[in-house]
Amino acid sequence: MPRAGDAMTDAAPPRPGGAMVEFSGVGLRYGPDAEILSDISFNLQPGSFYFLTGASGAGKTSLLRMLYLAQRPSRGIVRLFGEDLVAMPRHRLPGFRRRIGVVFQDFRLIPHLSARDNIALPLRIAGVSEEDLAGPVGEMLSWIGLSARADAFPPTLSGGEQQRVAIARAVIARPQLLVADEPTGNVDPDMAMRLLGLFEALNRLGTTVVVATHDIHLISRIDNAQMMRLEKGRLSDPTGALRYPPNRA
Amino acid sequence: MIIPRVPVQHRRLLPDRRLTGPTPWVIAILMMLTLLAAAAGIGLARSANAIGDAIAGRVTVQIVTANPVARAAQAAALRRRAAGEPYVRAARAVEQDELLATLGQWFGSEGGDDPVLKSLPLPALVDIDFVGGGDRAGQMARLRALVSAEAPGARIIPHAEWLGPVARLIRSLAWVAGGLVLLMIAASAAVVIMTARAALGTHYATIEMLHLIGATDRQIARLFQRRIAIDTAYGIALGSAVAAAILLLIGWQWSGVTAGLAATASLGPAGWALLLALPLLAIALAALTARQTLLAALKKIL
Repeated sequence: MPRAGDAMTDAAPPRPGGAMVEFSGVGLRYGPDAEILSDISFNLQPGSFYFLTGASGAGKTSLLRMLYLAQRPSRGIVRLFGEDLVAMPRHRLPGFRRRIGVVFQDFRLIPHLSARDNIALPLRIAGVSEEDLAGPVGEMLSWIGLSARADAFPPTLSGGEQQRVAIARAVIARPQLLVADEPTGNVDPDMAMRLLGLFEALNRLGTTVVVATHDIHLISRIDNAQMMRLEKGRLSDPTGALRYPPNRA
Repeated sequence: MIIPRVPVQHRRLLPDRRLTGPTPWVIAILMMLTLLAAAAGIGLARSANAIGDAIAGRVTVQIVTANPVARAAQAAALRRRAAGEPYVRAARAVEQDELLATLGQWFGSEGGDDPVLKSLPLPALVDIDFVGGGDRAGQMARLRALVSAEAPGARIIPHAEWLGPVARLIRSLAWVAGGLVLLMIAASAAVVIMTARAALGTHYATIEMLHLIGATDRQIARLFQRRIAIDTAYGIALGSAVAAAILLLIGWQWSGVTAGLAATASLGPAGWALLLALPLLAIALAALTARQTLLAALKKIL
């Protein structure tokens, strides 16, 4: 796993022994409607692996959006890397976002950029020079097995290839937190397992991983993973203590 | 920097589609109209000023004494006395032949040999130019006294009385042209604002992704600002070229006009400098407008 972009964070690291993410009494509503998420409280520990499950419409994506700073909560407290994000001014958010990698179900690759340029994007945004990013991007392409297709554009890649490029883009800057929203929803089971292997490898390197999925078989493949379940906008395992399954045979 | 520097790798974040949208063409039309209106405004303003300067200190004394010999003597005496006054810059008796020639154009007998025209009792005219910068009312009072002494019953006609409304009309037209320039600049800014907003809408997914990977508003705004500034610059260059061609054609035709009010119209060095500066100012305004629009719109996205 290549290391790159270590110099691009301007937010302080989490307190030793403290939670990387803290949600306390968080609620979210869009407009005047009822809350989509209510009384969400949980802590995510550094270096852990979490699955977020729940039926469609349970609020998984909304919760993840708050996690990767695309959405502020309507109420409650959200602390990330030890800092209160609810009251944080906008101009400080990019520094925090650079410490978070995001993988989407629909990939969200920029279609007119090659696989190489899509992967390099976070480093370029962070101001890494072309000389310095060439190596990490090449290693990342090799890691996801797409060196031969580095100059291909997303519309010419298969779903699995696109998702691997999206994962590479999410992790190239070595984020402390990786958030994946249904990352295997658009790929076949074999590819799903390969992608999960990538997440597991990242987690072993110390990245906190949160994967939203409703694929129970996927959950059973990761040792020491914790599961959070959303039901009708409420978290049924707020402590994150539930392990499923407790041990893989 | 009017057009911000953006690394070439970042420029690729926006698809390379130049001059495919309506913006450069609309800006070209607006720029052409702006330059033509500005040129018209400058020409009219200079013409109004030239007329104003010419008429402000000039009067004509009209002597209508019945006896032609006495009338000519009064005119000669008045011209002589007036020329010696310190507040008079020049005094000139209008020759009868000159009067006949002018009237002949109206009577259709330009040769001046029309017996009817020659039989008319024409007044004697003396043109008097006051010294510039003096007390105009005092100069008029002293001239009135002089005229009363030398040609009782003569009438003093200030040129400002009959040419003044023309000068005011021309000046008003110059203001209208200036107003049109401002309106077209506002319209150009509105086009840029709409273009910026449309660009944000079209590329919303890219912008959201850039935000999520830690791009700042300033980084994103620079991308779009550069694209809009370049597109606008193309339009401004095209519009300016067409306007320049039209102005040169009009200037060439105008060079043949040597008489009357039209002859006073010209752009002058300052006018040409302003016309040359307008396109540059327009590019700067477009870039600034795009930047402010983009930053304001991006602030609405978390």
